[in-house]
Amino acid sequence: MSSAEKTLTLDDAAVHKKAHVAREAQPYWNPYVAGLGLGLVLLSSFVIMGRGLGASGAFSSLVAATVNTVAPSHAASNTFYAEYIGDGTRNPLKDWLVFEVLGAIAGGFISGLLAGRVKKTVEKGPRISVGKRFAFAFSGGIIMGFGAKLARGCTSGQALTGGALLGLGSWAFMLAVFGGAYAVAYFVRRQWT
Amino acid sequence: MNAPFFKFGLFGDDVSLIAAFVIGIGFGFFLERAGFGSAKKLCAQFYFTDLAVFKVMFTAIITAMVGLFWLSWLGFVDLSLVYVTPTYIVPQVVGGLILGVGFVVGGYCPGTSCVAAATGKLDAFVYLGGIIVGIFVFGELFPILSAFYESTPMGVVTIPQYFGISYGLVVFLVVLMAIGGFAGGAWVEKKFASTVKES
Repeated sequence: MSSAEKTLTLDDAAVHKKAHVAREAQPYWNPYVAGLGLGLVLLSSFVIMGRGLGASGAFSSLVAATVNTVAPSHAASNTFYAEYIGDGTRNPLKDWLVFEVLGAIAGGFISGLLAGRVKKTVEKGPRISVGKRFAFAFSGGIIMGFGAKLARGCTSGQALTGGALLGLGSWAFMLAVFGGAYAVAYFVRRQWT
Repeated sequence: MNAPFFKFGLFGDDVSLIAAFVIGIGFGFFLERAGFGSAKKLCAQFYFTDLAVFKVMFTAIITAMVGLFWLSWLGFVDLSLVYVTPTYIVPQVVGGLILGVGFVVGGYCPGTSCVAAATGKLDAFVYLGGIIVGIFVFGELFPILSAFYESTPMGVVTIPQYFGISYGLVVFLVVLMAIGGFAGGAWVEKKFASTVKES
């Protein structure tokens, strides 16, 4: 009787502990430590592949592949899509950046899971509704997608990778990104604070 | 041994996709560890309250830059075989400005939005939908935009090449600049943290 009671208490404690771990997210890493890790990943990509990291290119492949499926002749006549589709001998989604981004999603999930940070939520400040935050997120995404294509890459491919390789255009791009963001930050501050 | 391994034919295209996935795991892992799955954390950079974006980005840049410089100096990596995006200065600057606006309006950049979506941020899914639409709009307008997109070509050019100074010196100057930025950043964070408290 007393032993059964004891087991129950232990189980109770275990359940309680588990719930506690799941509820409380661990703090983020020191930015210099996380940056060192990110830099070593980038360096290993240079050494193993002879190229750096990227992100927006994977979405270009996805868009080009979709347009190609829906309207093949339209896609073929457009040099932007055609570059991602290639000569038609291989699936445009069988692409290096597509696999790298799939890995990044997996890596982000693993890290979040280990730190108790995987949670269905909306990132916003207290003064804005979920609907408005979604509207901002959607418009910001459109602006980002357009800008990244015009600049031939995004924060990963241009600023991070091109920055480490000392590319002239990449450094000009990086300064422009900070310039553009700081210029409009004041007008969208209600999203976050 | 010679690197980059892929360029020296150590493995083929199919294995390169596995390498892409594994490298991607590392990429996403450290982005999430840094807190970059959170739009609030990312955008704090633009209000000077948390400069993690600058710190993480420049620590990563100097780590990879110095590492690559040493490995090339030791003769392990052939630097000329590492792909550098060619410079088209005006479209890159204009694209960068637009992208910066998209960053602070949307809350993420493409890579960080993947990590945010993977950790359950619903706004990141909406943002990713926006990216797809933005790229589609760019693609559909490409016949009109291509003249501007191809303008001011400068070829593959690095800062040391453009200014005619040695690679090693530029590496050294970037490291100095980053360290100065880290010190200045700590000061800025302190200053803005106190103003936030007062207001």
